[in-house]
Amino acid sequence: MLEIKNLHVKLEEEEKQILKGVDLTVEAGKVHAIMGPNGSGKSTLSYVLSGRDGYEVTEGSATLDGEDLLELEPEERAALGVFLAFQYPVEIPGVGNMTFLRTAVNAQRKARGEDELSASDFLKLVRERAKALKIDADMLKRPVNVGFSGGEKKRNEILQMAVLEPKMCILDETDSGLDVDAMKLVAEGVNALRDEGRGFLVITHYQRLLDHIKPDVVHIMADGRIVKSGGPELALEVEHNGYGDILAEVQ
Amino acid sequence: MAVPEQKQSATEARLSAMELPEPGCTRAAREAALARVCEMGLPSRRDEYWKYTRPDTLVDPVALPAAVFQNDEKPLFDGVDRLKIVFVDGVFDPDQSDDLSLEGVRIDRLEDICCKDIHWAKDLYGVLEARGHNPVPRPLAALNTAFASDGVAIHITQKVSKPISLIYRHASESSDAILHHVVRVEEGAEATILENGPAASRFNKCMEIDIADGGTLHHVRAQGRDHERRAVTHMFTRLGRESVYKSFTLTVNGVLTRNEQVIELTGDDAVAHVAGACVGDGDFHHDDTVFITHDAVNCESRQVFKKVLRNGAVGVFQGKILVKEGAQKTDGYQISQSLLLDDDSQFLAKPELEIYADDVACSHGSTSGAIDETALFYMRSRGVPEKQATDLLTLAFLAEAVEEIEDEALAGDIVDRLDGWLSRRA
Repeated sequence: MLEIKNLHVKLEEEEKQILKGVDLTVEAGKVHAIMGPNGSGKSTLSYVLSGRDGYEVTEGSATLDGEDLLELEPEERAALGVFLAFQYPVEIPGVGNMTFLRTAVNAQRKARGEDELSASDFLKLVRERAKALKIDADMLKRPVNVGFSGGEKKRNEILQMAVLEPKMCILDETDSGLDVDAMKLVAEGVNALRDEGRGFLVITHYQRLLDHIKPDVVHIMADGRIVKSGGPELALEVEHNGYGDILAEVQ
Repeated sequence: MAVPEQKQSATEARLSAMELPEPGCTRAAREAALARVCEMGLPSRRDEYWKYTRPDTLVDPVALPAAVFQNDEKPLFDGVDRLKIVFVDGVFDPDQSDDLSLEGVRIDRLEDICCKDIHWAKDLYGVLEARGHNPVPRPLAALNTAFASDGVAIHITQKVSKPISLIYRHASESSDAILHHVVRVEEGAEATILENGPAASRFNKCMEIDIADGGTLHHVRAQGRDHERRAVTHMFTRLGRESVYKSFTLTVNGVLTRNEQVIELTGDDAVAHVAGACVGDGDFHHDDTVFITHDAVNCESRQVFKKVLRNGAVGVFQGKILVKEGAQKTDGYQISQSLLLDDDSQFLAKPELEIYADDVACSHGSTSGAIDETALFYMRSRGVPEKQATDLLTLAFLAEAVEEIEDEALAGDIVDRLDGWLSRRA
């Protein structure tokens, strides 16, 4: 589904190489986790895949079901099925959560040549998905993420994901700033979306989240590359021994 | 102080082209206003108060022509049940207007207030304007009092069931209109006044509003989009005890607009809110000038002004809160913000506070900025195209001002207008 080959990325404004040849394939129906120390390039990878400004791809490719992602605008990637759950969800004063979500759903449908969702169908869909994430009507009415707690913001990201039903979900440190209960709720939301047609890329510092969202493959990223891949046991190894041993081993 | 020679000659040139209307009960007020104009001189760009807005096209003897804009947009407030009073190029048009009788309000044409002996209107005409020149002269308002050719006297005596809607149509490319309205809200009475339309190629409008104790006046205005039109407007409002004045103005295009609000809170516990949203493109120049005087205890004033500017448009805000000695427990809030959609546009702001009481809470803020790139990316990453995301963020920026309109239907109409403006732009 998602295929990243030899991806090299530098900052647009300065001569700083961040990704130095990332190779990664996420198959439909699988959950891949990326772990790695601070500054290894994990968040950059998520931004480059979703199309944020400020990065320059110097080499390599990234495709979703064969379509070249790197050529596309962020909204085109979204319509194709890419979704990034932000590490720091953005507050948008003055734009209602529901308005935003409905605009996004219908913009994507329009881009794919599908009919727009009617107001009542949309409402039904959102209510059902919101309930599972314990998001109340008040949160839906408020401006996007404004005045939300850390946990509420992350749940709101998962709600957007649940409503937009993307093919490829990228979760950037979705566990950061969450207490145990909130993390469980978020993980349940993610697990409910797992199915054969959908791929996940879960970026995290800690093994904790992976107790709840069980990965099929775990990758360790360091200095702009994936240095080691393995099964869920690799995450446990990191949890027990830190990154030091693994990094020493691959260098 | 003697008027500088250049200013004097510009003033004389304008006045020589004008004649005071027929004698009547307002004649004395008009003569006094004319004397004020001569004493102050009409504004020139050297005046501090006109530093950011060139007044010459408002002062010149002949108005510059302005094309009448035609489009198929639905007239504003079309779905609102209201009493319509129509002026075409600044002249009252009885055929297009509704019957002026409505429970709780009496409406008369300015020219009838003398023959009908309407005391309150005779007593108000030119009075608040005359009080409004301290510390800064507003000679274009005095010019208006002297030469206004039409207008209405609106006397609100109860809670009025539907808005009184002043509609200003623009028909002639060379029209130069001066309108003067007087409004009196009696104790405990309440009404909404709407104003909309481009009015004339050059428009000078003055409204004097006297709100008695416990009275409430809502004012929602939309200044029409005829691109080459020019306008200077003054609203002079005096508030009694526990009275409320809430005014909102939308300005969409127009090459030059100067809106002045001069508000005096003279009774305890009074509330005055003034808000404005404007969107401008190209040679658009928009100036909000506000002067609020707190002269009573425990009054609240609020100013919320938002401007969206692109392609070299210029926005100006001059807002002052004066808290007089003894006006304790004053709550004053002022915010002026601009969203600059490109590097060519400009926002010039001069927020001022002058406070002579020691137990007050006053705040003011002014900002200028571009679209929030992070928010834009966030929205695009959810599939919202760039233009649509920018429009949503633009409306969100204006929302704080639009939310000052209490009536949801009126606010909805205003948002539709803003939507229309955005959708016409690629």
